[in-house]
Amino acid sequence: MVSEEEVLRIAELADIGIGKEELPPFTRDFNAILDYFAVLDRVPAGEGWKAEIANVLREDEVTPSLPREEVLALADAAEDGYIRAPRVM
Amino acid sequence: MARGETHRDPLNAFITLAEIPPRAPGRLSGITVAVKDNISTRGVETTCGSRILSGYVPPYDAHVVDLIRNEGALISGKTNMDEFGMGSSTENSGFGPAHNPRDPERVTGGSSGGSAAAVASGMARMALGTDTGGSIRCPAAFCGIVGLKPTYGRVSRYGLVAYANSLEQIGPMAASVADCSLLMEVISRYDPRDSTMQDRPYLPRLDGDIRGMQIGIPAEFFGRGVDPAVADRVRKAIGVLEGLGAVLVECAMPSMEYALAAYYVTCTSEASSNLARFDGVRYGPAPDYRKPWHEAFQEVRMQHFGPEVRRRILIGTFALSAGYHGKYYGKAQVARQHVREDYARLFRDVDLLAGPTMPTVAWKIGGKSDPLSMYLADILTVPANLAGVPAVSVPCGTVRGLPVGLQLTGRPFEDEQVMNAAFAYEQGVKA
Repeated sequence: MVSEEEVLRIAELADIGIGKEELPPFTRDFNAILDYFAVLDRVPAGEGWKAEIANVLREDEVTPSLPREEVLALADAAEDGYIRAPRVM
Repeated sequence: MARGETHRDPLNAFITLAEIPPRAPGRLSGITVAVKDNISTRGVETTCGSRILSGYVPPYDAHVVDLIRNEGALISGKTNMDEFGMGSSTENSGFGPAHNPRDPERVTGGSSGGSAAAVASGMARMALGTDTGGSIRCPAAFCGIVGLKPTYGRVSRYGLVAYANSLEQIGPMAASVADCSLLMEVISRYDPRDSTMQDRPYLPRLDGDIRGMQIGIPAEFFGRGVDPAVADRVRKAIGVLEGLGAVLVECAMPSMEYALAAYYVTCTSEASSNLARFDGVRYGPAPDYRKPWHEAFQEVRMQHFGPEVRRRILIGTFALSAGYHGKYYGKAQVARQHVREDYARLFRDVDLLAGPTMPTVAWKIGGKSDPLSMYLADILTVPANLAGVPAVSVPCGTVRGLPVGLQLTGRPFEDEQVMNAAFAYEQGVKA
């Protein structure tokens, strides 16, 4: 069983925020889903998934990119070619 | 442009109605194509069904959008979907649910529900959808149209807003197998911008000749949770294939027991990483710049992501966290390899697998009350995504007046064979 406190902590880690009234139903559904995932304990031992494709590398060449003005125009607050963000400190 | 249920779009199939003109004449000239709203369209809002991307206008076209416009297609708009593809009904859209053209009180299936409703109601002749765990095949089945999830690596994902990269593919939807096949032919052209793509274009071969084709019927596809009336309808459809000369082989797919859990652990894990980018800084609703960044991002994400998206981010973050990674993500990857090995083993003896696309017909809007019961509806579609194999849903009649889909699954890069068998069935029941 995952407790409400644990759900709250994961929500913090994931930066999704969680309201007080949401916490009980989120915790209930979360536990129901984890209960279902317990079927994975019955998976026979074996190796993990092997993607049958190799890593693809390309030459590091400059190619045309998106117009800077158009991309900056999507941001709510762009200044001098930069994008404003909330404070980190 | 319009949004929501309007007289032009009573089924709420579209999030944005917009006419995007073709760039050159070609094989899709005169054809309208609806595009799922998680596929980028330059200059036309692309929301992924999420309020967090409300107002986001991509500065570039997805590769598939380039391809269809260069072949003469007129794009009629961006279709409704479960937010970021997370759902099986299109009820999880930030812009209201889409309605099934066969019965507007019922869901379209999802997550490409708007695309399916647009085609089934005649608002578009063809549509592009995306399929991470059944999101093309489920709504195709529920709305009575054809939908193909191509082999992983056969269609470029450049310009698709990522949800679970190792599982998802863009694919074609249409009322007929021939139309679906034509759209697949156009969108499978190579694109180096998707490093998982292989240069193996789809070359249609619709002659309807399936004589001698070995078709496996895994018992698990008719197991617990499958509506007996749906199972019966699908068995009759498989009987049609036998009548056309196919050889039926009963078989087993034991990994089905844990495929759904493996799928949900994998897709939520990938989603928890992919969706970290939506914070309102570079696009979308602005965060409160005066607040510390964790607090500011939490506010934006809580306000603009729907509950299912937040639930999946939560599950994925948990499944990848220290102490639980081995128990969930690690085990899921072992299970995923078992699914792949099951397919590889079966495809040594048979050419195709057949079964129902969905365990039930479309349910009433609001009819599934908890998230887990919605997840369980994906049991028959997720295995193909875990293994990257091609699978099509083709309409095979109705149960209680609602469409049922026959799912045909094939070997990797044998999408042509899958489509030919679907074509044989479609023509066989017409005759």
